[in-house]
Amino acid sequence: MRIKRVNKGLSIFGKLKILALIISFALFLPISSFANEPEVAKNHELQIEGATASNSHANAHEEKLVKFNPGKMILEHVKDAHDWHILDYHGHSVSIPLPVILYDNGLHMFMSSKFEHGHATVESKGNYYKLHEGHIFKTDAAGTIEVGEKNAVTNPKPLDFSITKNVAAMFVGAIIILLIFFSIAKSYKKKGNAAPKGLQSLIEPVILFIKDQVILPSIGKKHYARFVPLLLTIFFFIFINNLLGLIPIVPFGANVTGNIAVTLILALIVFFVVNLNGNKSYWKHIFMPDVPIALWVLLIPIELFGVILKPFVLMLRLFANITAGHIIILGFFSLIFIFGEKNVAAGYGTSVLSVAFTLFMSVLELLVAFLQAYVFTLLTSLYIGSALEEHHHAEEHH
Amino acid sequence: MDFVTPGIGLIFWMCLVFSLLIVLLKKFAWKPILTALNERENSITEALKSAEHAREQMAKLNSDNEAMHKQAREERDQILKEAKEMKDNIISEAKKAAEDEGKRIILRATEEINKQKANAISELKGQVASLSVSIAEKLINNQLSNNTEQQSIIASQVNNLNSNQQAIA
Repeated sequence: MRIKRVNKGLSIFGKLKILALIISFALFLPISSFANEPEVAKNHELQIEGATASNSHANAHEEKLVKFNPGKMILEHVKDAHDWHILDYHGHSVSIPLPVILYDNGLHMFMSSKFEHGHATVESKGNYYKLHEGHIFKTDAAGTIEVGEKNAVTNPKPLDFSITKNVAAMFVGAIIILLIFFSIAKSYKKKGNAAPKGLQSLIEPVILFIKDQVILPSIGKKHYARFVPLLLTIFFFIFINNLLGLIPIVPFGANVTGNIAVTLILALIVFFVVNLNGNKSYWKHIFMPDVPIALWVLLIPIELFGVILKPFVLMLRLFANITAGHIIILGFFSLIFIFGEKNVAAGYGTSVLSVAFTLFMSVLELLVAFLQAYVFTLLTSLYIGSALEEHHHAEEHH
Repeated sequence: MDFVTPGIGLIFWMCLVFSLLIVLLKKFAWKPILTALNERENSITEALKSAEHAREQMAKLNSDNEAMHKQAREERDQILKEAKEMKDNIISEAKKAAEDEGKRIILRATEEINKQKANAISELKGQVASLSVSIAEKLINNQLSNNTEQQSIIASQVNNLNSNQQAIA
C-alpha cells in the first residue's frame, strides 16, 4: 500500500520529489515497522532464519569449529552458483542440482551434483573438471588445482554456459513475466474497451505510468511509440526480477538484477539502442560541439566518454543497488549468528532487532525494486530522447 | 572481487532470455495491450469529444430557440402594436365619421326644421289670413245681427288667434 502511495507520488510530483519521498519514507518507516513487527516478523524469521541458521550450522559441522563467516556467506549468496542452495541439514548441503554446460572442444553437459560441492572431479568426454570456489576448472584425472601467484588458480577454464542459479532464476522470472503479460494480453483481447479487471487493473496503471509519464515526455510524441515495447520490457524485467529477488524461498531470492552480467547486457542494449538511433544533431553534438574549434580537442573525448559512461553508470547503479540490498539484509541476519556464537541468549536477543531491521530493509527494498526499474527506464528514455532530438539542446534534458 | 566480473555463461543466457522476452512480449503482449489501451484511449477521447459536440449543439439549439422566441415575441409585439394603431385609427375615423354624420344630420334637421317652420309660418300666415277673413266675415255677419254679440265674437276670435299663434311659435 505504501509503495502504491509512493507510485502515485511519482506520477504527481515527478522525479525531483523522489528524494524527498525516500527521506520521508525512511523516517516514517522504522516506527511503523516496529509497530507491525510481532506477528509478521515471526513468520519472516521462520523462513529466512531457518535457511541461514542451518547454513551457519553446516559450516560449523562440516569444517569443524570453523567460525561463522558472514562475509563468505553473504558473498556466496550474492554471487552466482552452479547449484541452488536451499539449506544445510546436519552437515549435508541440500541444494537443487543444475545442469552444467561447458564448451571445451565440444559440448560437455552433466548435472552440477556430480561435483559434490567441489569435492569430486568430474569426467566428461575424456576431460576432467573440478568446481573450485564457484568456478569450473579443467584439471587432470586427480583433480589437482594449481595455485599460482596471489592465490590465483592457473588451471585452464572452459567456457561455462551452465544453467547457474541466476540463469535458472532468470528463467523463472521470464516465465512469470510471460505468464503475467500473456494473460493480460488475453484479457485485453477478450474485453476490448471494457474497464480493466483483476491482474489487468493492477498492471495497467504501471504500463500507463511508464508509457505516458516516463517514455512519452522523455522521447517526445513523434518517436516514442516504437521504443515503448523495448522500454516496457526493460522496466518489467528489472522490476519483477527485483521483486522476485526479495522472496527468500526457492525458486526466488536469487540476485539476478544484482548480477553484473545481467546489468551489463541491459546497459549494452541501451548503448546500442541510443547510438544506433542517434540522429545528425546527436552526432554533431559529440563530434562538432558548439564551442570554439580549439576546445574540440578537449570536448570531443569528454563527449565520447559520456556516450560510454551513460550506459556504464546504468549498469553499475542497478547492480550496486540490488546487490547492496541483498547484502544489507543478509548482514542483519548474520548479526544473529555472530552474537549467537558468543552467547545463545544474545543471539536470540539480536534476532528480534535483526528481524525488525530486516523487515524495514525488505520494505525499503520493495521501494528500491520499483525505483531502480523506474530510474533505469527513465534514464534510458532520456538518452534515447536526447539521441533523437532535432535541436541543438541535447544536454538541457539531463 | 569475483562478483564484479561478468561470467560468459550468464551473459549468453541473459542475451538469449532477454531477446526472447522482447520478441515474445512485443508480439504477444505489448502489441495487443498497447493497441487495446490506444483504442480505449481513442474511444474515450472520441466519446468526450462527441459529448462536447452534443453539448455545443444543445447550446446552439438553445440559443437558436432563444432567438426564435425573441423574434416571435418581437413579431407579436409588432403585430399587437399595429393592431392597436389600426384600432385607434378605426375608432378615431369612425368617431370622426360619426361626428360628421351627426353634424350633417343635425344640419339637415335644422334645415328641415327651418323649412318646416317657414312652411308652417307661411301656412299659418295663410290660415291667419283665412281666419281673419272668416272672422271678418263672421264680424260682419254679427254686426249685421247684434252689436254686442259681434263684439264678443271678435274678442273670442282674436283670443283664439293669439293662442293659435302661440302654439305655432
